[in-house]
Amino acid sequence: MGSMKNLETALARAGRTDVSAASGAVAGRLADRAANDGLLDVAYTTLDSPVGPVLVAATARGLVRISFSDCYDHDDVLAELSERISPRVIEAPSYFDAVKLELEEYFQGRRTRFGLPLDWRLTGGFGRRVLKRTAKIPYGGVSTYKEVAEAAGSPRGARAAGNALGSNPIPIVVPCHRVLHSGGGLGGYGGGLDNKVLLLKLEGTIGDAAGPPAKGTRSGPSPLPPVAPRGRRGRSPGPGSRGRSSRTE
Amino acid sequence: MSVQPFQTFLDQYRDDVYRFLVASVGRQEADDCFQETFLSAMRAYPRLRRDSNLRSWVLTIAHRKALDTHRANGRRPVPVPDVPERAGGEACGEAYREAYGEAAHDGELWAEVRKLPGKQRAAVVLRFASDLPHDEIGRVLGCSQDAARRNLHEGLEKLRSTWDR
Repeated sequence: MGSMKNLETALARAGRTDVSAASGAVAGRLADRAANDGLLDVAYTTLDSPVGPVLVAATARGLVRISFSDCYDHDDVLAELSERISPRVIEAPSYFDAVKLELEEYFQGRRTRFGLPLDWRLTGGFGRRVLKRTAKIPYGGVSTYKEVAEAAGSPRGARAAGNALGSNPIPIVVPCHRVLHSGGGLGGYGGGLDNKVLLLKLEGTIGDAAGPPAKGTRSGPSPLPPVAPRGRRGRSPGPGSRGRSSRTE
Repeated sequence: MSVQPFQTFLDQYRDDVYRFLVASVGRQEADDCFQETFLSAMRAYPRLRRDSNLRSWVLTIAHRKALDTHRANGRRPVPVPDVPERAGGEACGEAYREAYGEAAHDGELWAEVRKLPGKQRAAVVLRFASDLPHDEIGRVLGCSQDAARRNLHEGLEKLRSTWDR
C-alpha cells in the first residue's frame, strides 16, 4: 500500500511538469502544416503601428480584415472571423511579411498605394460598392459620404454609406479615412477620430497644426470627382501630399 | 454561441495534449504526434458539435495517434532507445540529478509507463499526466467508467512491481 502511494505521488508530480514552452513551440509550427494540407482558412497576427496595435487577418484570397486593437476586442474580432469565414483561424505571423512591409512603408510616408491582394468577402451589396469606390480615392485626396454614395448608385444614401464605411473590414488599406462630411467636417471613424486625423495628416491632407481640416480650401462640393481617376498626380493632389512625399524621399 | 476560433481551442488544450503525448510516446515522437493530432482536429473542427467536450475529444485523437506511433515502433527493427527526457546533451547522470532533483526521475517513470499494454498505459497517462476523472478516461478510451478504472488499477499494479524507490 505504501509503495502504491509512493508511485502515485511520483506519477502525479511527473504529470505536473510545465510543458508550456515546448507545446507553444510545436503549436507555433502548426500553421505551416495546416497550410500545406489546405486547412489554414484564416491566418492572423498583430502588428504595431502609429495607430496602435492592429490585428490583421488574411485568407488564401488576400487581406480580409484589419482591426484597431485599441478600439475592438481581439477575441471579438477572431470570433467574428470564425463565424463569418471559417473556425479554422490560426495565428501565423510568418504569412504577413508583405502586409507588414507595406504598412511600414505607408506609415513612413514612402508608400502611397497598397499592392496587397484583398478579400472582400466580409462586405456585400451597397456596402461593398461604397468601399470599392473608396478604395480608388487616391492618397492625399478626399471624398464625401454623399459622393461615394452617389458613385455606388444611391444618391440619397450618404448615411448608409457612412455606416458601410464605419464597418469597413479593411481600414487603412481601403482608405475610408479619406471620406469626410460634405460640409468639410471630419465625419466619423471606426478606429477612433484621432486615428483618422493621424492618417490624414500623414497623407498631407490636413496640416500638422491642430484643429479641423482645412475647411477653407476644400469646403463644400469637393474639388475631386467622386472617384478621382488614377492619374491623380497632376490634377487632384491633396495639397500637402506632394510636399510630404518629397520631404521624406 | 458559435464554434470558437481554432487558435483559442489550440491555446486552451495544447499543454494537455503535449503532456499526454510526452508521457505516452516520449519526447522524441511527441512533436510529430502533436502536429498530427491537431491537424486531424482541424480537419474535423468546422463540423464539430457545439456541445462537445473538447478536452475529451482532442485527447481521444491524441490517444489514437499515440497508438499508431506505438504500432509503428513495434514494427520497426531497431526501436528508438529510451533516453532520459529532460536531459540535454551532457547534462546526464549524477550532476543532472543534483541540478534537477526529482524531475530527473520523471522521464524514467514515463518510460516504464510506456511499457504497459495500450489501454493500461493510456489510462495511467490520462489519470496522472492529464488529470482526468475516470468517466472521462472511459470516454477517451471508448470504454465504460468501470473498465477505465480497471485498466488504471491493473496498470498501476504492473508499475508497482517494477518501480521501486
